[in-house]
Amino acid sequence: MSTAAATDIATMKKIASKARINTIKMLHEAGSGHPGGSLSAMDIMTVLMHRFMKHDPTNPRWEDRDRFVLSKGHCVPAWYCLLADAGYFPEEDLMTLRKLDSPLQGHPVNTAMDSMEACTGSLGQGLSIAIGMAMAAKLDGKPHKIYCMIGDGETQEGQIWEALLSAPKFKLDNLVVILDNNGGQIDGPVEEVMSLNPVVDKMNAFNWHVIDIDGHDYDQIIAALEEANGVKDQPIFIRAATVKGKGVSFMEAKIDWHGKAPSAEETEQALAELSA
Amino acid sequence: MAKASRLAFGEALAEVGAKNQNVVALDADLAKSTMSKIFADQFPERFFEMGIQEANMIGVAAGLALSGKVPFCCSFACFVTGRYDTIRISVAYPNANVRVIGTHAGIGIGEDGNSQMGLEDIGLMRGLPNMVVLQPADEVETKQMIEFLANRHEGPAYVRLTRQKLADVSPDGYQFKLGKSVVLRDGKDVTCFATGGTVQGAVAAAEELAGEGIDVRVVNLSSIKPIDADIIVKCAKETGKLFTVEDHNIIGGMGTAVAEVVTEKCPVPVFRWGLPDVFGESGSPEALYAKYQLDGPGIAAKIKEFLG
Ligand SMILES: Cc1ncc(C[n+]2csc(CCOP(=O)(O)OP(=O)(O)O)c2C)c(N)n1
Ligand SMILES: [Mg+2]
Repeated sequence: MSTAAATDIATMKKIASKARINTIKMLHEAGSGHPGGSLSAMDIMTVLMHRFMKHDPTNPRWEDRDRFVLSKGHCVPAWYCLLADAGYFPEEDLMTLRKLDSPLQGHPVNTAMDSMEACTGSLGQGLSIAIGMAMAAKLDGKPHKIYCMIGDGETQEGQIWEALLSAPKFKLDNLVVILDNNGGQIDGPVEEVMSLNPVVDKMNAFNWHVIDIDGHDYDQIIAALEEANGVKDQPIFIRAATVKGKGVSFMEAKIDWHGKAPSAEETEQALAELSA
Repeated sequence: MAKASRLAFGEALAEVGAKNQNVVALDADLAKSTMSKIFADQFPERFFEMGIQEANMIGVAAGLALSGKVPFCCSFACFVTGRYDTIRISVAYPNANVRVIGTHAGIGIGEDGNSQMGLEDIGLMRGLPNMVVLQPADEVETKQMIEFLANRHEGPAYVRLTRQKLADVSPDGYQFKLGKSVVLRDGKDVTCFATGGTVQGAVAAAEELAGEGIDVRVVNLSSIKPIDADIIVKCAKETGKLFTVEDHNIIGGMGTAVAEVVTEKCPVPVFRWGLPDVFGESGSPEALYAKYQLDGPGIAAKIKEFLG
C-alpha cells in the first residue's frame, strides 16, 4: 500500500525533465509515435503521480489506488516514462515501445500491462470509462479518485459530450477531468479544425466545477488538484492551457510534431535542450 | 510501381472530383493519412473537415447524399466502421449514396497497434443490406473502383484501403467490374483467394510453392459484396480445395463470404486464414505479417498445412 508522496516542485520538475528525455529517446527508437501531446501532458501527469495519486508500484492493481485513465491514449509514452521512473518496470523496457511482443503497446492496453487502467487509443471513449469507475467507487463507498485526461481534438467526439452531460447528473465529485488544451490536432489547430470555445463557459453551463489553469505552472496545477479535492457533489473539469511539444523548441506548437518520431539529429538536439 | 491503396485513393478522388461536381469529401482529422487531403487541396469548397467526429461525419454524409451529392467520408477503417448504427440507419437503410472509406486496414499498419487497426470491418459492413464492400489489391484497381463509385453506382459502399504499399498485381488491361473477381495466376491443386494487403503475398506464396511442385491458382477477390459466386464454384470444381487469406479476423471476412457460397453451391474443403479471432498488436508491419503468417512464406506454409 502506498500514499501520494509530497514531492517538492523542484524534484518533480527533474522527474518531468527526465521523462521528457526518455519520451524523445523511446519515440526515436520506436521510429513512430506522438511527441507533441506526450510533452504537453507531462507536467500535469508528473504532479498527478507525485503529489496526488495514491498508487503502489509494487502492486499496480491495488484495489484502493487512484485511477488515471488516459483517454488520449496516443500520448501513453509520457505515462510509460513516469511509470518506469516510479519503479513499475525497468527503464530499459521503455526502448521496446511499439515493438513486437512488448507490453508497451502503441496505445494503452490493460491486458498487456497491469498499470494500464483500460484500452484507449480510439479517441472519445476514456472519459465514459472513467465515469463508470467513479460510479463504482461511489457504489463501494471507496474514497479513491479517478483522474481522466482528454485531448482538445478528442473533445470533438460526440461521446465526450455525452459523458460531459452525464457525470454531473451522478454528482461524481471523485472524478477529475483534465483537458490538455494544447491547441493542436492532426489536420491543424483545434480552432480551425473544429473549435471547442468558449470551452470554460460550456463546462460551467454543463454544471461541472471548472478550474482554468496553465498546465505547465506547477503551483497552478497543484492548487487546482487541491481545490478539486475539496469539491462536493460535482465532477471537476480542469482546463489546462498547454503547449504542444513543450520543452523541445522546434516541436513547440508545431502541428507537424503531433505524430512523428524525431530523427537522430533531431533527437540529439532535443536531448541537448532538455538536459540543459 | 508499388503504392499504398490509400494514396491511389486520394489521387483518384481528386481525378473524379475534377470531372464530377457532385463529388464531395469529408474527413475526421485524418486527411493527411487517408489522403483525402489531395482532394481537399484542389477542391477546398467541396471538402469538409469534421474534426474528430466520425459519427457526425457519417450522418452529415448521409444528408449530403440524400440531397444529390456523392460524399466520400474518410477515416481509419476501425473508427469509421465503429460508428455502426449510424452507418446502418443513416446510410444503408435509406440506400444513401455514401462512400465510406476505411484506410489503415489490418495489422499491416504496424506500430500503432490494435486500437488503430481495422480488423472486423469487412464483417460489419458485409452484414448491412444495400452495402457494397470492396477491397482493391493495387493502384490500378483502386482507381477504377473510385471512378466507378463516383460516377456509376447507386447506393452505399464501403472501400477498405491499406496504409502500406501494395505491389502491382492486376493483369494488363484490367477492368474492374462489380461482383467479378480475376484469376491472377492459374493452378490446379488449390485455389488461394486473397484480398487487399494479402494479394501480393499470395502471389509470392504461389511462386514459392510452384518450386515445390504445388500448383496454386490465385484469385484477387476484391469485390467482397457482391461476391463472384461463379468464379468460386468454378475454382471449387477445378481445384477441389479452396484457401482464403486476408488481413482481417477470419470470422466475418472475405473467407467467411467464400465459405457461405461454397457450403450452399459446391461443398469442398475450405481453409480460412487471417487473424485467428484475436486482436492486433504493436510491431513493425513486416514483423506482424511474419508472426501472423500473412506474408509470402507464411501463406505458403499455411497452404501446405491445408494440403497436408
Ligand atoms: C476515434 C479516433 N479517431 C481518430 C483517431 C486518430 N487520431 C489520433 S491522435 C488524433 C488527434 C488528437 O488530437 P488531441 O486530442 O488534441 O491530442 P493531442 O493534441 O493531445 O495529441 C487523431 C485524430 C483516433 N485515435 N481515434
Ligand atoms: Mg490537442
